[in-house]
Amino acid sequence: MSFFFGLLLVGFVQGCLYALIALGYTLVFGILQFINFAHSDVVMLGAWFAWKYAQWMGVSFSVISIGTSLGILGLSVLSCAAVGFTIERLAYRPLRHAPRINILITAIGVSLFLENFTQLPYVFGSRDKAMPQLLDVYAGFDVGGVRVQYFQIITVVFAFALMALLSLLVYRTRLGRAMRAISFDTRTASLMGIPTGRVIAYTFVLGSALAAAAGILTGVAFGSLSQPSSTSWIRFGLKAFICAVVGGIGSIEGAVAGGLLIGITEQLAGGYISSSYADAIVFGVLILVLMVRPSGIFGVTMREKV
Amino acid sequence: MTGTLKGLLPIAIGIAILFVFQAVGGPSMFGAYQEDALLVIGINIVLGLSLNIVNGFTGQFSIGHAGFMALGAYAGGAITYYGAIKLWGSYPPELPPGTGDLLFVVALVCAGLVAAGAGYLVGLPSLRLRGDYLAIVTLGFAEIIRIIITQTEPVLSKQEVSQHSTLSLFKYLGGKSIFDRIPRVTNFFWVYSVVLIVIVVCYRLKQSTHGRAMLSVRENEIAAEAMGVHTTRFKVRAFVMAAFFAGVAGGLYAMKLGNLDANRFDFQRSFESIVMVVLGGMGSISGVCLAAVLVTYAPYLLRDVGLDQYRMVIYSLSLVVLMVVRPQGLFGMHEAWTVFAGEAGRRRWQSFIGTPKRWYLGVRAYARKVVGT
Repeated sequence: MSFFFGLLLVGFVQGCLYALIALGYTLVFGILQFINFAHSDVVMLGAWFAWKYAQWMGVSFSVISIGTSLGILGLSVLSCAAVGFTIERLAYRPLRHAPRINILITAIGVSLFLENFTQLPYVFGSRDKAMPQLLDVYAGFDVGGVRVQYFQIITVVFAFALMALLSLLVYRTRLGRAMRAISFDTRTASLMGIPTGRVIAYTFVLGSALAAAAGILTGVAFGSLSQPSSTSWIRFGLKAFICAVVGGIGSIEGAVAGGLLIGITEQLAGGYISSSYADAIVFGVLILVLMVRPSGIFGVTMREKV
Repeated sequence: MTGTLKGLLPIAIGIAILFVFQAVGGPSMFGAYQEDALLVIGINIVLGLSLNIVNGFTGQFSIGHAGFMALGAYAGGAITYYGAIKLWGSYPPELPPGTGDLLFVVALVCAGLVAAGAGYLVGLPSLRLRGDYLAIVTLGFAEIIRIIITQTEPVLSKQEVSQHSTLSLFKYLGGKSIFDRIPRVTNFFWVYSVVLIVIVVCYRLKQSTHGRAMLSVRENEIAAEAMGVHTTRFKVRAFVMAAFFAGVAGGLYAMKLGNLDANRFDFQRSFESIVMVVLGGMGSISGVCLAAVLVTYAPYLLRDVGLDQYRMVIYSLSLVVLMVVRPQGLFGMHEAWTVFAGEAGRRRWQSFIGTPKRWYLGVRAYARKVVGT
């Protein structure tokens, strides 16, 4: 039984990280109706920026102060927000009125560019690296045979705090109202005086910041970083996208629900069936959900899209 | 009947020429390095053209093409590997000339059929899904195929083969490590015969009522449906045809390389096929062929000038620039010879190249879009 609860806990934590990334996909899809393939690369960049800043600050691989950790986290999140903004400006904005297939291919191009540019020797290099321990990941306590790490608790609290902030922003502020208006009808929204270009830029900045946070937490949890062009990053981002689709793309609640569902499914499948088939099972869940309910779990009931 | 014969004539003549060319040792005059590049180019042309049927003609966005290729590669590889052991008892497996070539053809067709079956399965969800959702499902299928292949047992040696029934041999494809010692029978003649067949099939498909129906699905699905086109049927057909040729390309690839690693059939390879279709122009056969040559030969060129490590950076940047500058690809949906033929062709050629003033205006328009609010 403790095996089951152990898997459940890991799945839940993993699901929170997926949800953070899925929110970025869902925000962009809700507004622009396209899959931002470069999103998984922003996750990768988040983790690698944190690594780079830690190097510059001369952080050793032992446990460091909370202040430095938060500083690295903040810098990395800001850098990724800037990257998200730049991508939107240079690659997506000029294609705003182009057919969707072109935008999708551009997104794939941007994704490949980020991966292959950052793995050049003078950027991040093409080797896996050890991630500095921004927090002590091993400290924790036992509950009925299940090891609970403080780091897991921090991850969950942090993720839920960000999600709460995001939903406050979307449902309670002027910017959020503008986002919802644009996702409802871009043309009418711009006729009503909403600066659509600026709001879309903000959306990318927000999504990228969340992705960066998720990337750093993942890197710290694993203790190592795969090289930038490793398919494990794409696969990670892809699973987060699956969470968004399963939950109902365009819906914030859906992204969170989908993230938790996929995170826990993946761990249980890995623990009870076979870890090598876990990914295949996740993709199977996606295909099943899409066949039965193409708009996802929350896709129909949640009328308000973001 | 005479119509059918006339249709097959170009294929027959082409294959005869290729056969003579191969028989007199023509391909070896390019040198081993260039001949290898030519084989890879041929296989990639087949891949690009097959994807073109789904993405270009029918407008369904499939980004899991590597999955079909993987199925074909493993099916073809397994049939020649175990076939050679079972039929001729040779180890390491080798195909004798004559009857061996027959087995090779059977393996290629089976590779295509296995992939086509999978294509049918993937085509079915396209009844319900559109655009990006379909893209993600095809990607998911490709990943599932790759993961399942990765879980197969190591390949059997000659002694072990005799202890297993013929059908159970498909469990032993060496997915966990590598599928080695596949007979390397793919040569210039076979690759370019397949290229020829695929080009003729695609060209005739594009001119036929079937092709027109597919194009109409691409242009406007609802209008096509209203005009009496059975849209789902044509979508599934497009998937099956594309998967068949991708499977054949996979078979050629397996028997060219002589070894298979499931991890080589990942997203990157699917994306490479997409680049060919988009660069060449969605639906343009000559465009996709040209793009396949460019995309495949670029690494060889870049290696020669020492820019090898920038290969993917250059690819991806040119993809983005192309989408911004020329979203319809090199030739749009036209063919090369119609683009440049006659008076209209000259005008099109001018619009293709542009004038310095037009370049300046284009750059300025882009800059304005980037800077504007």
